[in-house]
Amino acid sequence: MKILVTAKRVEDPESKIKVKPDGSGIVQEGMKYKINPFDEIAVEEGLRLTAKHGGELVVVSIGAKEVQEQLRHALAMGAHKAVWINHAGPLDQMAIAALLQKVAEKEKPDLVILGKQSIDDDQNQVGQYLAEFLGWGQATFASKAESFESDAEKNKVPAIAVGADNKSVKVVREVDGGLATVECQLPAVVTTDLRLNLPRYASLMGIQKAKSKPMEELQPSALGVDVAPKMTVVKMTAPPSRKAGIKVPDVAALVDKLKNEAKVI
Amino acid sequence: MPIVLIVAEQQPDGALRKATLNALAAGAQLAQKAGAELHAVALGKDVAALAEQLKQHGPKVVHAAASPAFEHYLAETYAPAVAELAQSLKADFVGAASTALGKDLMPRVAARLKAAMASDVMKFDGSGADITFTRPMWAGNVIADVKLATPVKAFTVRATEFQPAPAGGSGEVKAFSPTAAPSGATKFVEFKEVKSARPELTEARVVVSGGRGTKGDFKEIEALADELGAAVGASRAVCDAGWVPNDLQVGQTGKVVAPQLYVAAGISGAIQHLAGMKGSKTIVAINKDPEAPIFQVADYGIVGDLFKVLPELRAAIKAAR
Repeated sequence: MKILVTAKRVEDPESKIKVKPDGSGIVQEGMKYKINPFDEIAVEEGLRLTAKHGGELVVVSIGAKEVQEQLRHALAMGAHKAVWINHAGPLDQMAIAALLQKVAEKEKPDLVILGKQSIDDDQNQVGQYLAEFLGWGQATFASKAESFESDAEKNKVPAIAVGADNKSVKVVREVDGGLATVECQLPAVVTTDLRLNLPRYASLMGIQKAKSKPMEELQPSALGVDVAPKMTVVKMTAPPSRKAGIKVPDVAALVDKLKNEAKVI
Repeated sequence: MPIVLIVAEQQPDGALRKATLNALAAGAQLAQKAGAELHAVALGKDVAALAEQLKQHGPKVVHAAASPAFEHYLAETYAPAVAELAQSLKADFVGAASTALGKDLMPRVAARLKAAMASDVMKFDGSGADITFTRPMWAGNVIADVKLATPVKAFTVRATEFQPAPAGGSGEVKAFSPTAAPSGATKFVEFKEVKSARPELTEARVVVSGGRGTKGDFKEIEALADELGAAVGASRAVCDAGWVPNDLQVGQTGKVVAPQLYVAAGISGAIQHLAGMKGSKTIVAINKDPEAPIFQVADYGIVGDLFKVLPELRAAIKAAR
């Protein structure tokens, strides 16, 4: 089967995010970047599925030339081919989905797997927009029923179950109050939750091999997509900062504070 | 008159999901600023009781879409129906609570309506069609004011930012029968409820969380949670180790919570975790390490062994009430 996955470039989740004084964005100096953690899970699931069922894993990213780093990382993990949509400047979720729609129409994958959200915008929209634009089924927040200690995880078994006829997938979704299972006819769009798998590290050999894997460059204008944002960020501010409080000597003092000062018990 | 349409949510057990009332309050706030009328839509196999309940909480009209096709929620069956209703009403704003259902459904509705969308909205400003949506980015490390330039605007709201809409209104219930045929590309297979007597993590007034310091023993965490009627949370390290179920994780890549009281026991306070809980009103930290970063955000800290402190705390809280 052919699988298309995304690899958005985002700030390292371990880094401190600071808003610029003029509210126009965040401070970029000294920042490290990574593949969006949810997309990394999508890449891992794609690798497991193509290892089990055969086929090709294509990774796509949108951005200026820096995003080639994230594409190379996905290739080093084991993806077969990369598609780079060369675009600098802001994009909203609708435009991202419209660009991915064009790539999906061109590549004709059986399955598109994306992170459920990116940890910068936190919108959680692109997979759903994409599924509707393509007219495909969707299974968001894909999760795994077993724990990360299970043999299935150790043996890198995919959590997404492909039907016997290769025409459908069963996906366990993490929803409020439990787990919901749905069956999607292929082609379909799946978005990953944190609990789907533990992504592998790129091996040294993988990093070597990635250098010679194909990377196709595309331009939004050539794809015929209007990328002018319909959602714009007017201003960013830092959330009200928390002051470090006090250390209390014992439980009695704590309960007194909670009862009489914070009034929360 | 412009219309704000809020999608209500029915739980698998048939009851109204509480976050819908918070979404109705948000919808009322938006309607007031936009000079609009508040409507709601309920979809399900049977929504008569739900619609009767909803009409008391603010909407002028509750559209009741009852059909066997809506028995189990699927984005592919719900989205065409909601979009069709929004179009027939000429609704300007379409929104829902930012629950798993709301997050799954609303972008698909927005795509059908060619609407731009803002997720997890905390506040609305402006007037008429010129509305500013305030929402978190980078897991709440940034608060952004955003504008949507499409004729129809879609959103989800963060339930904890709005008080539930009070009862007392008397809207009208109208039946709605969508004509759009669902594609049938996706089928519902099963729902496995994770049974818990405790409140939902993102809706709880009090959350008691455990970290690596518990070494996987959550008995004292759970006992304190039960004393306080609280939800149980955990740090990523604890979930990754397989010590507690996955859905308890609080943090940037887990659940973002903002309860009245958050108790962090044996949690060091990685940036990842802080991003998921620092919106809490009061934070208590219990940790052996006096230098743990969690103390930087805690209102009250106790340096000590959680296995000693938690039982004492539970007894003292019981005595104080």
